[in-house]
Amino acid sequence: MQDIVLDMGGKLFAEHAEAAFHAHPKDTTEGAASWMPGLWAQVGELGLPLALLSEEHGGFDLPAATAMGLVRLAAAHAVPLPLGETMIANWLLAHAGLPLAEGPATLALGPELDGDRLNGPAARVAYGRHAATVVLLAGDRLVRTDAGTVTEASHNVAGEPRDTLVFAGEVTSAPAPVNKQNFRLLGALLRAQGMAGALEAALSMTVDHANSREQFGRPLGKFQAIQQSLAVMATNVAAAGAAAVMATDLLSDALAGTGAFATAAMAAKIRTGEAAGIGASIAHQTHGAIGFSQEYRLHPLTRRLWAWRDEWGREAEWCETLGTEVCARGPDGFWPFLTSTGSAA
Amino acid sequence: MSDFLTFPAPPALPGQDDLRRDVRAFLAETLGPDFGATDQARSWNGHDPEFSRKLGRQGWLGMTWPTEYGGGNRSPLERYVVIEELLAAGAPVAAHWIADRQSGPLLLRFGSEAQRRDILPRIAAGECYFCIGMSEAGSGSDLAAAKTRARRDGDEWVLNGTKIWTTYAHHAHYMIVFCRTGHSEDRHGGTSQLLVDLSTPGITISPILDLAGEHHLNEVQFDNVRLPATALLGQEGQGWDQVMGELAFERSGPDRFLSSFALLNDLVRVLGTAPDQASARAVGRMAAHLMVLRHMSRSVAGKLAREENPTLQATIVKDLGALIEQEIPEIARTLVPVEPVPGPQNDFACALARTLMSAPSFSLRGGTREILRGIIARGLGLR
Repeated sequence: MQDIVLDMGGKLFAEHAEAAFHAHPKDTTEGAASWMPGLWAQVGELGLPLALLSEEHGGFDLPAATAMGLVRLAAAHAVPLPLGETMIANWLLAHAGLPLAEGPATLALGPELDGDRLNGPAARVAYGRHAATVVLLAGDRLVRTDAGTVTEASHNVAGEPRDTLVFAGEVTSAPAPVNKQNFRLLGALLRAQGMAGALEAALSMTVDHANSREQFGRPLGKFQAIQQSLAVMATNVAAAGAAAVMATDLLSDALAGTGAFATAAMAAKIRTGEAAGIGASIAHQTHGAIGFSQEYRLHPLTRRLWAWRDEWGREAEWCETLGTEVCARGPDGFWPFLTSTGSAA
Repeated sequence: MSDFLTFPAPPALPGQDDLRRDVRAFLAETLGPDFGATDQARSWNGHDPEFSRKLGRQGWLGMTWPTEYGGGNRSPLERYVVIEELLAAGAPVAAHWIADRQSGPLLLRFGSEAQRRDILPRIAAGECYFCIGMSEAGSGSDLAAAKTRARRDGDEWVLNGTKIWTTYAHHAHYMIVFCRTGHSEDRHGGTSQLLVDLSTPGITISPILDLAGEHHLNEVQFDNVRLPATALLGQEGQGWDQVMGELAFERSGPDRFLSSFALLNDLVRVLGTAPDQASARAVGRMAAHLMVLRHMSRSVAGKLAREENPTLQATIVKDLGALIEQEIPEIARTLVPVEPVPGPQNDFACALARTLMSAPSFSLRGGTREILRGIIARGLGLR
């Protein structure tokens, strides 16, 4: 079952990767990547938005790391989908006892809950203009609402929609199954998985390029300078993938709130963010001018890497939070803290 | 994506919390309160046979080996718990380290039944120590250029040549020597591994002081050293493959990212419980790196437990680990305005000095950074 879901998802994303590439705007100031309604319809038909749920909620009872593998695959093919957001939104709704999302969903913070109304805007909401359902954390309530009104249509450097929304209608809410830090870290985990996937694809493209592009009468990949720098990229791709898996394995702990998920998710966002900068840089350096062109398919990956490392908390923020916690425990607490983290610690 | 870039979580290990608690209690009692940052900063270079024997009595050496050879028949993941606790405490593990980590496993695989019965129980008791016989003056990263040669003379091998950079040869009982035993067109061919009792006549061990003036390294000369035919480990001519397998053990563990942990821990002490923003960020970043490296390293231990071959994953852990180990003293000196001072005092200045002066070796020993990256590049299909 696990392999089947990932195979289905991977095949679907691969089929749409070419069209997704052409859906990218020619000019980053021009607007956001075009929505692909046909692709979303097929994602829904396959049940992928429910991938994190138990069978009782309509899901597949997959291990979290498998389900989140879909987010990684979608990123590797650079398809314009709020799949991860919808998976997490449904997971939160299910655990809060609220109805699941209808169609594409997204996650937001910002507005305050006043009775059954939301006051204030939610900024930089991923795919906000396309979301049929928005899931917000307001105080200690998880809020489910229909699509908001877009007051500012913006996008990130990858051309993905990042909109400001306001909400006029009545909303439903329930006690939130996660606290605010873990809500943000669920977003961070999505970006960590996404960066891991984009890095894998960028490495694969870069290795292929190094093996096929010839200069000085031999493939680039035969030069030691290129080999050494691609090895550095590979170690960072490996660390990013490991970091994302480490945090994903602890997903259910986000509900218990013992801190194990929070610590691992911070570490994952920090490490994947660092790998994103290093990996994007080496990918472009190896591709030379070819990789800098609009028509070459590296930039949908590297622009996502540059965008995602700054979303849901950049490295500096989580480093500070994590470091403050480490120092508060003092030198005698540091090693026990490290060994208490991670799956099957 | 290449499979060697994936690091799934290791399987759950029931009972590990008890084991970890036992090791911590043992270390607190055995090392005592005066064992401070500068002592810990020796990392796995601290040599103390008495400590090794105590570990042996606890059953924490040769843990994964069969009980008939003095081992504990326990999983690589249990061994991992013990060695990471030892390293985090900066315990003086050097006496038995090579024997427990790589020579014992090599003997288990390639030694004769008599060698296994004779030597492995003594290693597991913390009484028998090994050193590594790979590098030579003209053969560092280019291990295949080794010139040390053994020729057959009747029932014996006669060994001639010189090994160098041999850590703690002066306290070891045995060396496993990589040498030429035949002639081959292939430069990896005609090589073998020999088990050499260092008390055999014709062996001269001379000290090489390191840049801090300490004696860990040696040059070991073999002048017509006569060894029994049984000294041959594994098969004649298979030395290259065997030595590559040995290096996989050498590259996979937490010793490849915890060498500077004592200094990092002392940095946390010096910064106090309410650090400024820059300090908190630096500590948080190091914690994140260590958590991820630990996940990766434990994943490798899980692969060893499943008898998979994680050579490439181990290479990745070692390359990333050495970067962090070497970055820690640089971060420490950025955050704390204290000059490094060589000396035995257990304070930040001396721990910094010791770590700073050890750091160059972190990306040399066990395969240089460039060699490791060459191996990774081959795994990527670039060579």
